Amino acid sequence: MSLTNYVLIVLGALALFAFWLYNSLVRAKTRVEEAWSHIDVQLNRRADLIPNLIETVKGYAKHEKGIFENVTKARSALLGAKTVKESEEADNMLTGALKTIFAVAENYPNLKASDNFKELQDELADTENKIAYARQFYNGNVRDFNILIKSFPNVLLASVLGFKAAEFFEVNQETRKKPEVKF
Amino acid sequence: MTLYSQIAANRRRTFFLFFFTFLIIIFLGYLFGAYYGNAASGALLAFAFTIVYSLTSYFFSADIVLSVSGAKPITKSANPYLYRMVENLCIGAGLPIPKIYLINEPALNAFATGRDPKNAVVVVTRGLLESLENEELEGVLAHELSHIQNQDIKVMTLAAVLAGSIVMLANIFLRSSSWGSSRRKGGAGVLILFGLLLALLSPVIAQLIKLAISRQREFLADSAGVLLTRYPEGLAKALEKISKDPMPLQHVSEATAHLYIKNPLIKGMFASMFSTHPPVEERIRRLRAA
Repeated sequence: MSLTNYVLIVLGALALFAFWLYNSLVRAKTRVEEAWSHIDVQLNRRADLIPNLIETVKGYAKHEKGIFENVTKARSALLGAKTVKESEEADNMLTGALKTIFAVAENYPNLKASDNFKELQDELADTENKIAYARQFYNGNVRDFNILIKSFPNVLLASVLGFKAAEFFEVNQETRKKPEVKF
Repeated sequence: MTLYSQIAANRRRTFFLFFFTFLIIIFLGYLFGAYYGNAASGALLAFAFTIVYSLTSYFFSADIVLSVSGAKPITKSANPYLYRMVENLCIGAGLPIPKIYLINEPALNAFATGRDPKNAVVVVTRGLLESLENEELEGVLAHELSHIQNQDIKVMTLAAVLAGSIVMLANIFLRSSSWGSSRRKGGAGVLILFGLLLALLSPVIAQLIKLAISRQREFLADSAGVLLTRYPEGLAKALEKISKDPMPLQHVSEATAHLYIKNPLIKGMFASMFSTHPPVEERIRRLRAA
């Protein structure tokens, strides 16, 4: 066989490998995107609950204006978030702001006892749980995708084919800290 | 073994299940046909019967199992606690949300069934809901959802359906040949032959079911479930409670026993002969060793 034949065979094998790699990258990337949509659904649900919560709390605690500002700001940041990083920051901000609202609510027994408030609290807690589970699924998919594009020899072709590592959705370090209990 | 190799193993099992069942069916039909003088059409008839019978029972299997176990569907508003827990775990596993059914009995047990993840059902008993803590119930539900994700439910359903069609066909042949025996000479001989054949077939059928229900399956569902909840102790505690529960289930048949998280039949002939479940102590030990 002549040299050109060898070159052709090698090129053909490379092309086949590139096709295969491209398809598996597309599959993994689609999985990541689909997993992200699960988080997005829950983030939107969380944002949708906020106006209702503000109205309910206002009904009992009119003069506590300061606490609503942060929540509203975090909510619009969450709705306007374009990237994973932005969503992550806005969501963590919202978690912090909601904590203040619920802490303030402790001072208003009537508010705490209202069915509407209880229901909202319940819904928000459920949404937070769902975000946590969706995050677990999303991060698992991101991990698989990133391993795929960063391992050899895929790493040589992945960037040429236009694939970039996906971002993890992480929890704020502060919310991860265990609460201190003092007696 | 990982989740993916388990799915691959289940595909292999499905193939062998089909292969051996149809071999037996065609053999049965052939023998029966030969007795009436036309072996080929006997085999063909048996083949056609099995296709129709197993297809219908495959598509209705979940409904049949549910009605045998006396399970009733629950809605989100009826039991938001359970519903949300299943919903959350499904989000974590990337599964569609299965239908959720409740068996109104005090015994502690649970199972999953269905053809595929899109047509799956998770069933729990009232006793389980009442006596398990939050993270224990979560462990059990994650275990059941892993059975769905692993395609275990499909293999188990197919095993039951195919084994059932062999028994059904053997019954039909046995009866029709006993009717014929008054008109034909030598009918008694054929009866004995079929009786023998059935006796020969039973261990094969049992083997078929065993093939599908490898005991490894429970360990795998345990570990896959724990991967979802990230809390082995929850399932370990739940298994402890479930194994100590002396209450037997009221509505359970031998045909559905292999589905449950704990063998619902009280220790007897069937339980020891098949032993579809590994010992609970061993499962708990493995969960705590991690």
